[in-house]
Amino acid sequence: MSNLNINAIRADFPILHQEINGYPLVYLDNAATSQKPRQVIDAVSHYYLHDNANIHRGVHKLSQRSTDMYEAARGKVRQFLNANSDKEIIFTRGATEAINLVAQSFVRPKLQAGDEILISHLEHHANIVPWQILCEQTGAQLKVIPMTQSGELDLTDFDEMLTERTKILAIGQVSNALGTINPVKSMIAKAHAKDIPVLIDGAQAVPHMTVDVKDLDCDFYVFSGHKMFAPTGIGALYGREELLNAMPPYQGGGDMILSVSFEKTIYNELPAKFEAGTPHIAGVIGLGAAIDYMWQIGIDNIAAQEHHLLEIATRKIEALSGVTIIGTAPEKAAVISFMIEGVHPHDVGTIFDQQGVAIRTGHHCAQPVMEFYDIPATARASFAFYNSEEEIDALINAIQKTQELFA
Amino acid sequence: MSDLRELYQQVIMDHNKRPRNFREIEQANHLAHGNNPLCGDKLVVYVKLEGDVIEDVSFKGSGCAISMASASLMTEALKGKTIEEAQAIYEQVHKSMTGEETDRNLLGKLEVLSGVKEFPARVKCATLSWHTVHAAIDSDHDISISTE
Ligand SMILES: Cc1ncc(COP(=O)(O)O)c(C=O)c1O
Repeated sequence: MSNLNINAIRADFPILHQEINGYPLVYLDNAATSQKPRQVIDAVSHYYLHDNANIHRGVHKLSQRSTDMYEAARGKVRQFLNANSDKEIIFTRGATEAINLVAQSFVRPKLQAGDEILISHLEHHANIVPWQILCEQTGAQLKVIPMTQSGELDLTDFDEMLTERTKILAIGQVSNALGTINPVKSMIAKAHAKDIPVLIDGAQAVPHMTVDVKDLDCDFYVFSGHKMFAPTGIGALYGREELLNAMPPYQGGGDMILSVSFEKTIYNELPAKFEAGTPHIAGVIGLGAAIDYMWQIGIDNIAAQEHHLLEIATRKIEALSGVTIIGTAPEKAAVISFMIEGVHPHDVGTIFDQQGVAIRTGHHCAQPVMEFYDIPATARASFAFYNSEEEIDALINAIQKTQELFA
Repeated sequence: MSDLRELYQQVIMDHNKRPRNFREIEQANHLAHGNNPLCGDKLVVYVKLEGDVIEDVSFKGSGCAISMASASLMTEALKGKTIEEAQAIYEQVHKSMTGEETDRNLLGKLEVLSGVKEFPARVKCATLSWHTVHAAIDSDHDISISTE
């Protein structure tokens, strides 16, 4: 059990209090995007109502205030990830852009035909496609760590897959399709023993658990704000300072330069070097507010509540006949992918929606995972700490109604 | 739940469970692949044209109940029709799904598909096989279409 007062927490999320098709909304699509607490919404609107100006380029008061708020949020992200320095935090549009940045600015200059990039079978398309593009550009090869029937990484041959040709290991900390928590810390240690740099895709980890990049000892860590109660369109890249320093810029433009002439442009220092153009200032401020909110609730409390929900929901679903959970790793975040026998997931989604239960159906941007299980799609319920036990009952009820309809 | 019962009514459920003309046509002279990437519906439509008459039409594949039933009903409705008649039927089906006035005589049994009009996210499921048969007839080589 957790120490959270769920009703008080739910009061922070105005969107949860509505009816869908005559039923109370039961929002179980948190792995796609989370809802936003009033504290985040207020921080964004307060910024636009009182402080809006461009950053890093004005002497006037509003510009200074905006700049201070923007940089203060960077400090929160640094602390949130336990990075050494604010210079190691680069704001991006999200996890996707951060992975592309590392692929193009860090890995690409080092790659030669025949080199290898190591990912896993569990990855989100965001951690597959940027590497495939890179392989096409350079003639490098994509290697894939296989998975097991329970949805875990199959690390039997992991040591052999780390070769002198491997230029990066890029893996997700938590699988979005199945919820599997991967043993990234020991994988990072093994890669480092062979001097292979490691990128961790933390998009599904940061909303649910304490992340410490120093303890993980990863070289890059990426995440998206919108999955952790912040606005869409903002995320961050953590990178080791010496690596970021040595990398060429990803995009050119304003803010990322010290001086420009037609003969020579001198790039700005970290982190500005990687933040060309006017950034999503309101998003950054919203992200800072989301981190404050998570700290206020307590990340350990969040993890405990979600674990509690996962256990109850798993037990209740397992007790139903004709329902199979896909992904049964012992270490999981609060994600349950499932199949109802004889009912296509897309029909499941529609029938659930008619009862106010919002889940995701489809391939979850992880088509290789679907292919592994030889299924076109799954239905996926994913929980946040603001979900209640009553909502699990609504989920179970929706499954039973679906089975009745298709009986 | 009443819209839902309308959508998943007996005819749909029956065609989903026991799809008609669910087979290959070996002498098919037109064929197309249809793909709805959003939900993973995938089907192949086979057509055997004699002049401008649809001598035989069938499908294979997998998908949600709506896409399977729609494809099954489609094969029943189009068999023996001319291309022109098929076109007229397709237009009626399309109108029924978008809530426009339809000709009930032409639509016949296909009226059950109009239930999707209350479910905009599902219209693509119901139209997949129709788009695919259209592409098959229009093209003389194997063609792939996608509804995204
Ligand atoms: C594991 C994982 N990685 C990356 C992403 C991409 O995140 P975004 O689309 O916010 O860039 C997601 C989002 O679904 C994800 O779940």
